[in-house]
Amino acid sequence: MPEATASDNGSDGVQIDLFSGNRMANLTSMEKIRLILDGVRDGNIVILEEGLSPDEESKLIEVTMAEISPDEFNGIEIETYPRSQTADQSFLDRLMGRQSTQKLTVIGPANQIQTLHKDENLISALVSRK
Amino acid sequence: MGLLTDLRDSISRVVDRLFSESEPKRIGIYGPPNAGKTTLANRIARDWTGDAIGPESHIPHETRRARRKENVEIERNGKKVTIDIVDTPGVTTKVDYKEFLEHDMEKDDAVRRSREATEGVAEAMHWLREDVDGVIYVLDSTKDPISQVNTMLIGIIESQDLPVLIFANKIDLEDSNVERIANAYPQHETVELSALEGENMDEVYAKIAEYFA
Repeated sequence: MPEATASDNGSDGVQIDLFSGNRMANLTSMEKIRLILDGVRDGNIVILEEGLSPDEESKLIEVTMAEISPDEFNGIEIETYPRSQTADQSFLDRLMGRQSTQKLTVIGPANQIQTLHKDENLISALVSRK
Repeated sequence: MGLLTDLRDSISRVVDRLFSESEPKRIGIYGPPNAGKTTLANRIARDWTGDAIGPESHIPHETRRARRKENVEIERNGKKVTIDIVDTPGVTTKVDYKEFLEHDMEKDDAVRRSREATEGVAEAMHWLREDVDGVIYVLDSTKDPISQVNTMLIGIIESQDLPVLIFANKIDLEDSNVERIANAYPQHETVELSALEGENMDEVYAKIAEYFA
């Protein structure tokens, strides 16, 4: 099963949770958002193999805003590869109701993750300890 | 989902538009914080109604509630459109009250402002999903347009099938680079302007009248 959790279980480590597309496929939108935010609020870096739909991204922003609390949780840093220009050619996908959400997505606590570089093929991020 | 669902949605949208032809279109002004959304909203409102919408500031999250100016009638090149301008708070995925302390604010004020800002962003997202008929997406042309928030928001707008115009603002500044924006989002029309200085507003109004009519 393409899912991994890496952690040293120590207080100074950074846990990375990589969720497979299969694992997320059976969850509702709110379950996905809860899974992401619970992980991020624990200081983990969450990586989604297949990302979220635009509607789920919109709700993720909304719920994140509701949970921001001074000196406790500042929100999230989220990165995905930019949509390729060919993404808009998928007329057939849209006609058939298929939404292309297959984009690796990295989400972490805003105060611990900083994007260093991003282009169509690479996301480079600096992750600091809590 | 699929062909039938899309067909039903398309018919529903056409019927809605037919019956709401005389209703003003609600056009949401979206974009990241400090892109000049309120400056633009005020410029449009002042030019066509004489009134402003809200205060402008260089401090991020000055706009913390969506504000609406109703029945703004814009006419250019024989085309006329009546819109409600909805000026929305800048969308972000993080708000840290400490950012406001750098603008000579007391902690209590900064915390209150950050709380209002988070509510405002959530409200803006809600408007986008439920209550706007079209979007003007404002970007600061001196900054890299391929930020995650921009990519996500434009994806969300596209998924709602909303008509969108991208406005490359702040062309009066030396570092302005409109081409970078046009290249980043080639699927949408990019119009350059300076809302602050009123540069290229004729084209802005022509595009609004043409696009949202």
